[in-house]
Amino acid sequence: MEKIIELKNVTKRFGGITALNKASLYVEQGEVVGLIGDNGAGKSTLIKTLVGVYGPDEGEIIIRGNKVLNWTALKARESGIETVFQDRALCPQQSIVWNIFMGKELTYPFGFVREKEQISEANRLIREIGFTSKLIDAESPVGNLSGGERQGVAIARAIYNNAELIILDEPTNALSLNETQKVFEFVNNVKKSNRSVLFIGHNIYHVYDISDRFVILDRGEVVHQLNKEEVKTPEELMKIMRDTIKKH
Amino acid sequence: MNKEKSIVGNIFHKNGRALGSMGYFILLMLVFLIGAPEAWMRPSLHQSVFVMLPTLIFLVIPLVFLVASGEIDLSFASTYAVAAYVFAIMVKSGIDPAIAILAGILTGAIIGALVGALIVVFRLSSLVASLGMLFLLRGVILLLTESRSITIMEIDNHWTYSALVGNFYGFPMQIFWASLFVIYCYYLFSKHVFGIHIHHVGDNSVSAEQMGINVKAVKIKAFMFVGIGAAIGGIFTTLITYTFFPTQGFGYLLLALAAVFVGGTPYWGGLGTIIGAIFGVGIIAYMEIGIIAIGWSGTWRQFFNGLIILLALLGHRLHGERVR
Repeated sequence: MEKIIELKNVTKRFGGITALNKASLYVEQGEVVGLIGDNGAGKSTLIKTLVGVYGPDEGEIIIRGNKVLNWTALKARESGIETVFQDRALCPQQSIVWNIFMGKELTYPFGFVREKEQISEANRLIREIGFTSKLIDAESPVGNLSGGERQGVAIARAIYNNAELIILDEPTNALSLNETQKVFEFVNNVKKSNRSVLFIGHNIYHVYDISDRFVILDRGEVVHQLNKEEVKTPEELMKIMRDTIKKH
Repeated sequence: MNKEKSIVGNIFHKNGRALGSMGYFILLMLVFLIGAPEAWMRPSLHQSVFVMLPTLIFLVIPLVFLVASGEIDLSFASTYAVAAYVFAIMVKSGIDPAIAILAGILTGAIIGALVGALIVVFRLSSLVASLGMLFLLRGVILLLTESRSITIMEIDNHWTYSALVGNFYGFPMQIFWASLFVIYCYYLFSKHVFGIHIHHVGDNSVSAEQMGINVKAVKIKAFMFVGIGAAIGGIFTTLITYTFFPTQGFGYLLLALAAVFVGGTPYWGGLGTIIGAIFGVGIIAYMEIGIIAIGWSGTWRQFFNGLIILLALLGHRLHGERVR
């Protein structure tokens, strides 16, 4: 499988503090990678480096086999990397369609929006990622949706923005069991469309259920990477994580 | 069935506030119709409302944009006078009235941009900063005119007068222009990128920024729009009365804001209704005249203005609180 993005020995320092130390990570086309680690492990710095908010002090960023210099947020978005922020960056009083096209509206000359096209595209997107309720369509207000469904709208927006890799930052945080299942459905549908997901979470059970591969981060270093076939249960993954961190 | 429910729900979600305002307007008209049927059937009563209505519309509609963006502006009541002064003084100096009108509107846009930049760039409270600008601009006008009015009777023969505020078979032209303005603003607010970004910025400015919307630019444009609306209102009033008064516009300050909120635009941003605002304007304009028409003393006017505002706000509460 083609690697969409690869970080090789990336180091990021803030003053005297090394937030990332020779961290290496890759994401292949169509896979879900679970990124786990304790608070302060460097997850946030790693994501911000992936999406170009931070440029690395050392190391390489390789996009589809090509080394990229001067890595920026714009280059990341142009390369198809989209982040679904923890707060989902939605406007709850507006409709789903307005949220999906926020800042990137389809317009006629003079700025009037192509309303019908937007609605039909938004309906297609939300059905594609797994919205099944007949009560919800593109014109439904986001404020009426549950937490999981809102996550779905944010994912649909990332797909509309031509995302090849969607970074989900703790998407199941504070969600009920049913809502978490919904988010999993959305993620699985993203995977089916041959897009990739980097799933960051605190809840090992959630990360285990949804991911194909796991990356364990500790004190700015990628300390272990393993495939799902190598771990039978979430408990085993938790044990591996604890042991690895203890040894590190 | 569920789908039908959803469609009805969406229509109500989109238009509930406008429908509410329409309800209050119809109720008010019924009260006046029952209270004073004879006076209410007289066309002259409605004609006098229609003279005032367009000015209020030019003030109120841009305010809906601004309030929906999460800001407020009080300085429009003075911008109204400054733009009218620029227009009147230019006409008085013999400059073509058409150019004077454009200069007046440009003045409104510049003042709006200044107020907006002051608030957005220096992160000042829009309520307090625009209150300061309200007094500052009014002070400038009083100083410049030495509190004297300017009469521009010479405008009577100019084409701009008949085109803008003349009579077309008994129909006041300002109603035609105000209607065009409303139609344009309706599309601008709900079908144009500018209006949609106004909604996003007022709803969640952090999200809007994350999605690449230039929040500061959107807000400054909204303030400019309020300045332009105030300028048009001031120029129309000056044309209708042939006179610029240094105190002009001040009386509209609270009435225009009341029309915005009675019309169903909530104070918290992210939502607004142009159609509702029209009914809000209607309620405020008819309230002014209706009290007298049903034979009550004018001293009741403020009392009823206050009462209707509070009742309307309580009614709009039924459309729900802010969704987060």
